[in-house]
Amino acid sequence: METFTLDLPSTPANGARALCGVVSSGNLEILVDTGHAPDRCRIDVSTSAQGFRDTWEAVLADAVARHPAGGLVLSINDAGATPAVVSLRLDQVLESLEQAS
Amino acid sequence: MSAHAITRRSWFEADARTRIHGLVDAGSFSELCGPHERLTSPHLAVLDLPVAFDDGVVVGEATLDGERILVGAQQGEFNGGSVGEIHGAKLRGLLDRARDTRPAAVLLAIDSGGVRLHEANAGLIAISELMRALLGARAAGVPVYGLIGGSCGAFGGMGIVARLCDGLIMSEEGRLGLSGPEVIETVKGVDEFDSKDRALVWRITGGKIRRTLGEATLLVDDDLGAFRGGAKALLARGAPLRGLAALDADQAALAARAQRHADARDGLDIWRALGLPDAERLAMLDADAFNRIIDRAETA
Repeated sequence: METFTLDLPSTPANGARALCGVVSSGNLEILVDTGHAPDRCRIDVSTSAQGFRDTWEAVLADAVARHPAGGLVLSINDAGATPAVVSLRLDQVLESLEQAS
Repeated sequence: MSAHAITRRSWFEADARTRIHGLVDAGSFSELCGPHERLTSPHLAVLDLPVAFDDGVVVGEATLDGERILVGAQQGEFNGGSVGEIHGAKLRGLLDRARDTRPAAVLLAIDSGGVRLHEANAGLIAISELMRALLGARAAGVPVYGLIGGSCGAFGGMGIVARLCDGLIMSEEGRLGLSGPEVIETVKGVDEFDSKDRALVWRITGGKIRRTLGEATLLVDDDLGAFRGGAKALLARGAPLRGLAALDADQAALAARAQRHADARDGLDIWRALGLPDAERLAMLDADAFNRIIDRAETA
């Protein structure tokens, strides 16, 4: 497993808790909790794929630029999802927060 | 049937939380030991394998038609719905809570190949504690019902747990057994059991043959609403604890069944031996049509 934490700028989200996805081959789960700084999004990644940190950083930075994710902590358990699936799940969970608010 | 198919929401395709929300009264579910508590498997972490925040099982309280129930659902996609130490403890805790708080029933949406082999003895102990707790809830007068319709079915230790329940609701796609088809094929060879032959697997382990043999109480279509309807029907029926004489009668019936169908190689052999009309067509029927034939045979 490879684990790392990113701290990225994002516009403030309407803080809420959420979960999406399932940890299974080629898939991942994303758990959303509330964090502290309203203009920052902290993301804890735990992935079974070694050596793809650059790709993760690009996909995650893109997602929190497209959606308001400030003030949130995203925790990711990944079992080898492709960047497209990761991006889809991020859209799914962040859109669910936008719809709930 | 085609008009019905549009409104159908597949149980087989749904994940654990979607199944629970399809089963219980809208908005009534409150999860216990949920993912935000991060009760993850210490064993998978030691093995450097991915963990899940809910360890592959969702448990909580809800209402069904206004009656308070406890409900648990396994996540078949996470390590085959396997029972690890945390996973088992959550289900065991749910059943202990049932014993202590006396809800109208416990519903267990089973979707599991059994013990999580990565967790070795901890997994085995977890599943034995789960069995004990299930019997404890029943002894306290709380009926426990299993619902089987997911891709992993109910095998290994969870096959035993399923048969400890007061009743089972199955879809044809749901499968119940001890050793799964892949295990049998691996150990005994493809001539013994071709696990790739899905129609054969369903005829031997699927909901229709289980309903025929009386192991499944109800056969329903692969639909969230149909499982909810089945759960309501079992709840209304109630499940008084059965005495020793009834258990002895069950044992004698099982012995007679084992003898009668000793040479059966396929569910089809059993349907033929029972003299059911158009045995070859039974696998193609929807749940309602199949149930009518079985109900008629049982009352005959």
